Amino acid sequence: MLADKDRIFTNIYGFQDKSLKGAMARGHWDGTKGFIAQGRDWIIQQIKDSGLRGRGGAGFPTGLKWSFMPKQSDGRPHYLVVNADESEPGTCKDREILRNDPHTLIEGCLIAACAMGAHVGYIYVRGEFIREREALQRAIDECYDAGLLGKGNKNGWDFDLYVHHGAGAYICGEETALLESLEGKKGQPRLKPPFPANMGLYGCPTTVNNVESIAVTPTILRRGASWFSSFGAPNNLGTKLFCVSGHVNKPATFEEAMSIPFSELVEKHCGGIRGGKDNLLAVIPGGSSVPLVPAEQIWDAAMDFDSLRALKSGLGTAAVIVLDKSTDVVKAITRISYFYKHESCGQCTPCREGTGWMWRVLTRMSEGRAQKKEIDMLLEVAGQVEGHTICALGDAAAWPVQGLIRHFRHEIEKKIDAYSANPHGEPVRIAAE
Amino acid sequence: MSVRRLAPDEVQPASFAFTPDNLAWARKTIGQYPPERKASAVIPLLWRAQEQHAYWLPKAAIEYIADMLDMPYIRVFEVATFYTMFQLQPVGTKAHIQVCGTTPCMLRGAEALIKICKSRIHHEPFHLSDDGDFSWEEVECAGACVNAPMIQVFSDTYEDLTPESFEAVLDAFARGETPMPGPQNGRRGAEPEGGALTLLDLSFDAAPPGGAMVAEKKVAEAGPSAAALALAAQEEADIKAKLATLAADATPEQKADAVGRRPQGLPVAREAKADKLQRVKGIGPVNEGKLHALGIFHFDQIAAWTREEIRWVGTYLSFPGRIDREEWTVQAKALAAGAPSVKE
Repeated sequence: MLADKDRIFTNIYGFQDKSLKGAMARGHWDGTKGFIAQGRDWIIQQIKDSGLRGRGGAGFPTGLKWSFMPKQSDGRPHYLVVNADESEPGTCKDREILRNDPHTLIEGCLIAACAMGAHVGYIYVRGEFIREREALQRAIDECYDAGLLGKGNKNGWDFDLYVHHGAGAYICGEETALLESLEGKKGQPRLKPPFPANMGLYGCPTTVNNVESIAVTPTILRRGASWFSSFGAPNNLGTKLFCVSGHVNKPATFEEAMSIPFSELVEKHCGGIRGGKDNLLAVIPGGSSVPLVPAEQIWDAAMDFDSLRALKSGLGTAAVIVLDKSTDVVKAITRISYFYKHESCGQCTPCREGTGWMWRVLTRMSEGRAQKKEIDMLLEVAGQVEGHTICALGDAAAWPVQGLIRHFRHEIEKKIDAYSANPHGEPVRIAAE
Repeated sequence: MSVRRLAPDEVQPASFAFTPDNLAWARKTIGQYPPERKASAVIPLLWRAQEQHAYWLPKAAIEYIADMLDMPYIRVFEVATFYTMFQLQPVGTKAHIQVCGTTPCMLRGAEALIKICKSRIHHEPFHLSDDGDFSWEEVECAGACVNAPMIQVFSDTYEDLTPESFEAVLDAFARGETPMPGPQNGRRGAEPEGGALTLLDLSFDAAPPGGAMVAEKKVAEAGPSAAALALAAQEEADIKAKLATLAADATPEQKADAVGRRPQGLPVAREAKADKLQRVKGIGPVNEGKLHALGIFHFDQIAAWTREEIRWVGTYLSFPGRIDREEWTVQAKALAAGAPSVKE
């Protein structure tokens, strides 16, 4: 288990003092001015050396992303935007940072802003996190009062930081939809290119980062890139907040080293699988949009980007949803399918129509009111949605369905057999092709 | 995608205006964005309007905000109908129950909560109960998955629910009270049930982050004395060595008995009134409950613990050494004498 002294988020449960004074006592806001004085190239190099990959799901190297911002301003302001629109089902890590350890994030914002030449930052908090954004705002106010933020602050980089919020749209977690929403529009993703580093918020160079990616940077600078990169497997370095939900004895959020085996994750931190190891059915290892992995493949797997990709799934946001053998797995995935139908922004036809179609077919399948040839039809439609939309929501809707059919086709067939074994008044319908 | 329409004309108010406080807040919020980008403030302003107007957004408010931000009405209507947290119909006056129904909550029993909503409030979502006090809807993942199942009521969340505790929350709202938000099963937050397994040993001065800049840094606040820390470390090591000889599946009581003596508890609190043990720094709701179960209800009981008893309780609560490190007995003695808590 990761030693307590190596944890970045020392107040993730909120048991300690949440104020600026408390955060400083735990080592935050220490030497910030020195890091700023080293300049943007040094900061970016440190983050690159640490091997930090973005914590919002895609795992893009954070230092590299920062380096895409123009070195010289062409007159347009640069913006830092923090994506705190944490909405991926299963994910609840940023919530704990926002409400319990907000100074990690605020200090990180200042450093990141310096690294990308930004003097204004917006933190886009999902609308449901009302108490969380109040806590964050309190912490920001404290920093202004202490002269750590604002114009002419003690740290030597002029920076204004604002809290913005959404109003319940999952799609605003997609970076360009988030920018649209921040500009006061419907959250519908933009075509890329141009990428936000060239044309982002208000048409200006912008970098959008996840809360956790930003919040870990001050500690990386303080303790050194080599300290951070001493955890995890190559290319999957550092520590990570995991949130384990579903059928474990004690669901929890906690920080662990990357590449920890799944078995250790659930047995050391979560009291084991409900009903014991043999009762494990499958795991959705990275938030609802990644395909599920059956028990025998996940048990010894390392929880990191590359190992889970090798299992045709992904680490995503490290939101681990555990399903035990009492689960109706077809119904569980049907509910995820409904989620994507509900959250599709409606812009691209394959996603707007496809998510609803997949949900309706899955609903019939979960009751057995379907024909076996429809399983392949469903797989084909999922393939038609995947990769044919502006943003990744189409992919995210298709992957869980593909994962279900890949590993649990027999469960669907069993339901269809059970239904057709009994006489029914209405004929079984077939989906229109 | 879903079709969302404004409430019928009969229930729409004739006009809407921010209260003076909210107007001042709105001006400040608009100032966060570049002057020519006032439209950025549309979601925060609509949300404030909804909070002011009994948690639903009338047409008049949408138009009022469009005028304030120099936006065409249709642009603001688009926003109000796109984002699902904007309630376009009146909701229950005492509570609008938003049950998270997405898979992580479903796996842990959200369907049972929805069933209760259907029987207690209305069989359809977005309909007012007969008395107009309640309404409900099923929402998508609200981001508290490790505390599933959960509901949100206006600004607060109620987590780790069971059908029984959910009914109790509803009962409290029905009486016009606001129940205590957060987990309803004794947890404080996202830590595992029964107490955190990490971040137990946070002697920040003892474990400085590696960089030279921080190495010299010491904790500014007065912590426990060096003697207490040394004693705690010694006790911890000693107890650990003793416990290593026990079977791995020993119960907390067996472990505790191996290293110390169980303190004499009271059958009930004196005069049926327990002291608030959580005023001792280091005692949270979970440990308070465990101490009650041991018959420990009063500060003077803790203050009187012998070394053997401290070892027993520390091991039983599975954090040997911590009672010494946090100086519970010293704190309890002061509290018993009427001193303020170090927490306060």
